[in-house]
Amino acid sequence: MQGDKRGREFYMLAIFFAVFVLFLYGPLSAILILSFQGPNGGLTFPLNGVSVHWFANLFETQAVGDFGGAFRRSLLLGLMVMIVTVVVSLLAGLAFRRHFIGATALFYLAVASLVVPSIIISLGIGVLFQQIGLQPSWFSSAFGAHLTWTLPFGVLIMFAVFNRFSPAYEEAARDLGATSWQTFRHVVLPMIAPSLIGVGLFGFTLSYDEFARTLMTAGTFNTLPLEIYGMTTNVTTPVLYALGTVTTIFSFLVIAGTLGLIVHLNRRRQRS
Amino acid sequence: MATMTSSETEQIEPRRAKSFRLSPTAISYLQATPLTLILGAFLLLPILMIAVVSFWDYDFAQMYPDFVTFNYAETLGSWVTWKTYLNTLKFALFVWAITLFIGFWVAYFLAFHIRTTAMQMVLFLVCTVPFLTSNIIRMISWIPVLGRNGLVNSTLLNAGIVPEPIEWLLYSDFAVVLAMVHLYTLFMVTPIFNTLMRIDKSLVEAARDAGASGWQILTNVILPLAKPGMAIGTIFVVTLVMADFSTVQVMSGGQSASVALMMKNQMSLLQYPAAAANAVVLLVFVLLMVAAILRIVDIRKEL
Repeated sequence: MQGDKRGREFYMLAIFFAVFVLFLYGPLSAILILSFQGPNGGLTFPLNGVSVHWFANLFETQAVGDFGGAFRRSLLLGLMVMIVTVVVSLLAGLAFRRHFIGATALFYLAVASLVVPSIIISLGIGVLFQQIGLQPSWFSSAFGAHLTWTLPFGVLIMFAVFNRFSPAYEEAARDLGATSWQTFRHVVLPMIAPSLIGVGLFGFTLSYDEFARTLMTAGTFNTLPLEIYGMTTNVTTPVLYALGTVTTIFSFLVIAGTLGLIVHLNRRRQRS
Repeated sequence: MATMTSSETEQIEPRRAKSFRLSPTAISYLQATPLTLILGAFLLLPILMIAVVSFWDYDFAQMYPDFVTFNYAETLGSWVTWKTYLNTLKFALFVWAITLFIGFWVAYFLAFHIRTTAMQMVLFLVCTVPFLTSNIIRMISWIPVLGRNGLVNSTLLNAGIVPEPIEWLLYSDFAVVLAMVHLYTLFMVTPIFNTLMRIDKSLVEAARDAGASGWQILTNVILPLAKPGMAIGTIFVVTLVMADFSTVQVMSGGQSASVALMMKNQMSLLQYPAAAANAVVLLVFVLLMVAAILRIVDIRKEL
């Protein structure tokens, strides 16, 4: 397999991989193309002219829904979830480096958070808030519901990062007289920064797209995925695709920006 | 927001730890506290609440604290429940088998056939990016492809392969499984890729030096070593399918059912205790399944 000549196996698997990528991106591109449907066009091909009519429609009419508000809420919620996920996962990752009573239980609690069906969390938090007499809202109940999905990912990633992290660097720093805070700030943090940014990306995108956990916990105001889900049942114009295109492009921009940041950090570290 | 500020103050804990001389174990506890509090408040407490509510009485508008077991009797005694579980398990089985097949070969290709690490990462990211975009958008993106006048049907019609549009492409069990595979395959690719990347390449060399054919290397060396990754991928895919209601609802056009969809319908009728009993049954079912898989694989070793 590491030979110089590519075997038949390589070409067969390469074709398989290409088909898989086409399978992943093909339908998305159909939506992208159809969102430029002409004003009289429908939900399917062929294109009935090319226009940005549906994008304009998206920003004009407020009759179908409040996209602007939903987008702002989703964005803010995503950022809140991102910050808390990064900080809490980092702390938990540091905690798991030492043995403490309950570490195994806490680890499996995080795993449980990953496997408990999302709709059960949605129902549970919804009923809990109702019984305590709290009004569910996107920044309280939905915020907590999203954290049960993003935190386990963050914790598992940090766990994996610290599994591979050699304590030699910290020992060297300590031998040179650094305090534990200095060691953390100037030695550990720069080394794990790319992973932390990755955790942040997960936290933001998982929250920004989360839907099942928001269902019972969002309260009066919808987040963007809830708005889109509502549209799938009652909107029959390409405005649905226009919204899909806009949110997908936004996701792509976020991902690209984050990856750019990680590459930049790695380059800078290599140079120094 | 309260959780945020409390965790931020703990982040500067190491500095304070110095002046107060906290023991390392105490620091560990402090560092683990935010995670424990959040999961306690938003995971354990809600599940406990569901367990309690599942024994309550209810009418069309309200729930009444009580201890009745008819929510369970109705759930477990109904033929519809069993049929729905069977249907959900059918989806899980199909999606699991297909994602395992695709996941293994994609991961194998990336780990053993791509020679540079940079290229490996680029191709892996190509697979990952769609996963970071909206599930609902990815779901509805199949509609113009599979619909009655969709891409597939019009292509087949124009080529003269079929005389009239195929009806079962969209709003069918086929569409549900296809969309789930589309949504969840990455959860299989990632853990298997992770496991395959950790296989020492000299093992493969040794097997080849000992005269093993490519097929023998695959079945006797790589496949056994890939099993932990497959087990973790299985946990992800099976629990995601068991919890799914939106894909089933949208892609089957309301013609198929799943356990979570049944729960969601009860919730929209405000039958929370009934939904709670259903939730407890589903939760026990899923946790037993995961526990069985965890007996085979130690997640902590695989990370």
